[in-house]
Amino acid sequence: MSFRNSKEWKTFTEPIIHANPISVAVLGICSALAVTTQIIPSIILMLAMTAVITLSNVIISIMRNIIPSNIRIIVELVVIASLVILADQLLKAFLFDISKALSVFVGLIITNCIIMGRAEAFALSNTPWMSMWDGLGNGLGYGYVIIVVAFFRELLGSGSLFGIQVVPDFIYAMGYVNMGIMLLAPGVFILIGLLAWLENALKAKGGKR
Amino acid sequence: MNLEQWFKDNEEKFSKSGPNGKWHESYHAIYTFFYNNHIKTNTKVHIRDGVDTKRYMVLVIIALMPALFFGIFNAGYQARLSVGLSVDDYFAVILAGASLVLPLVAVSYGVGLGIEFFFATIRGHAINEGFLVSGLLYPLILPVTIPLWQAGLGIAFGVIVGKEVFGGTGRNFLNPALTARCFVFFTYPSQMSGEIWTGVLNAKDQIVDGFSTATPLAVVAYAEKGSDGMKLLEDAGFGISNLIIGLVPGSVGETSVIAILLGAGLLIFTGVGSWRTMVSALVGALLMGFLFNIYGDKDSAMLGLPPLWHLAMGSFAFAVVFMATDPVSSPTTNTAKLIYGFLIGCMGMIIRVMNPAYPEGWMLAILLMNVFAPLIDYLVMSYKTSKRIPNLV
Repeated sequence: MSFRNSKEWKTFTEPIIHANPISVAVLGICSALAVTTQIIPSIILMLAMTAVITLSNVIISIMRNIIPSNIRIIVELVVIASLVILADQLLKAFLFDISKALSVFVGLIITNCIIMGRAEAFALSNTPWMSMWDGLGNGLGYGYVIIVVAFFRELLGSGSLFGIQVVPDFIYAMGYVNMGIMLLAPGVFILIGLLAWLENALKAKGGKR
Repeated sequence: MNLEQWFKDNEEKFSKSGPNGKWHESYHAIYTFFYNNHIKTNTKVHIRDGVDTKRYMVLVIIALMPALFFGIFNAGYQARLSVGLSVDDYFAVILAGASLVLPLVAVSYGVGLGIEFFFATIRGHAINEGFLVSGLLYPLILPVTIPLWQAGLGIAFGVIVGKEVFGGTGRNFLNPALTARCFVFFTYPSQMSGEIWTGVLNAKDQIVDGFSTATPLAVVAYAEKGSDGMKLLEDAGFGISNLIIGLVPGSVGETSVIAILLGAGLLIFTGVGSWRTMVSALVGALLMGFLFNIYGDKDSAMLGLPPLWHLAMGSFAFAVVFMATDPVSSPTTNTAKLIYGFLIGCMGMIIRVMNPAYPEGWMLAILLMNVFAPLIDYLVMSYKTSKRIPNLV
């Protein structure tokens, strides 16, 4: 059990459950609204996001003692922007179709307040090793929410999962209709709200609120 | 053994500490549905009165009856007319209408009350009587053509997200019935914003030639540029008198202005609905209508329509009388009610006339103003307190 009590484990799991960037802190909603109509782009975005946030946390943490505090935001931006461009180029090179589906939202990872927030709040005052765990935790915490949201949006909005139709034709023949709202932005707000409700209810039950 | 005796005999069992304590709230809700609430306030301050939320809400239900009965009649009338059956046999017309409308009402109450009782039992709070009204309002603002499962899903959403999430009746800031309709409207747009709103009695029946199933609003909203809205409506058989009487296609309860006015009279007489909201919404809508007439593009059928026609068609009357006056989601102070109603009138008219995507605007206007209601209340109250002469100088 020593592993579960380690600081690394706590830093890693805290942002996934108790301080989830989306369902608790309500950050990074724009990209959660935009790309979650399907699961596959969401998974790719989660991977890109996790890679960027982990690397940026580590790099900024390494440099934390030499960054002058009055230009730290600019330095952070430069680091994050370089990483985002790298991620964007890699996606364009190897996963062109999905990169097209994600369109500007890979580039817009840079404006995602989660990354900047973690750099400011965590990486500047912690060791690279811990910052890595924090970045991983936040990336996966973000990713878990967008994948859950994308799962329901794709299932209810298009009747498919991973691009494959899962709602059988005879159900459509019986009068079932896809939920149009799930393809629109309000659907995401509703889903994230319900998810936050569920999480809070579970936490309250566990007495860990 | 009579019913009251049964309740008395079982009171012990259903008390909070009794063997069926879990069901205490459900027991209490059903008891007070039949009999006067025997739990009275213990302390001195309150006025002791038998009118609790349930009695208060029942008045709204009674006020809704004319609209409901007319809606049933009209649904049957339209359905029989569309397949070329005679509409002289009133009994058959009402029967046809009931077969279309009553399932909607049953689904709305069944699903909604199920969820209400579920939440009350889990959370241990009292059953919210507000649903008695929401559950009847909701089917009245749906087209009869909507599939029942969609209606059920909608009311489930309305009750859970529109109300229970915030803690139940009295704490919801949106009107649950409108939230439910809004959800259905955006979730199943092809069922809700389509033009064919006449119920089908028998799947095999063919719609007769020359019968228009388009609602009056659709006739005007989708008119070609340069056409005269008034003339189009009259050609389609929607003269002003017919629009007021209400034998036209539309959502179940919204078509007849007369039936709604009967309800409005009762609401205003008993003080349950606020006349301030109704009157100021009327003023707002008329004002916007005149402004559109004067300054609007003369070629547009919608913009050129006289304001009185706007009041008679679509769901204006129903929305203003029954939806805008919802005591929970509308503001509390009298001045705020005037502002709130006026803005609903203006906003609903703007959405109806200016936005081609939504031929009807009252649902969105009222929901929008529901969100603003606490703000208006706050502004009015802080203005009034700032006008007070201080007690201590």
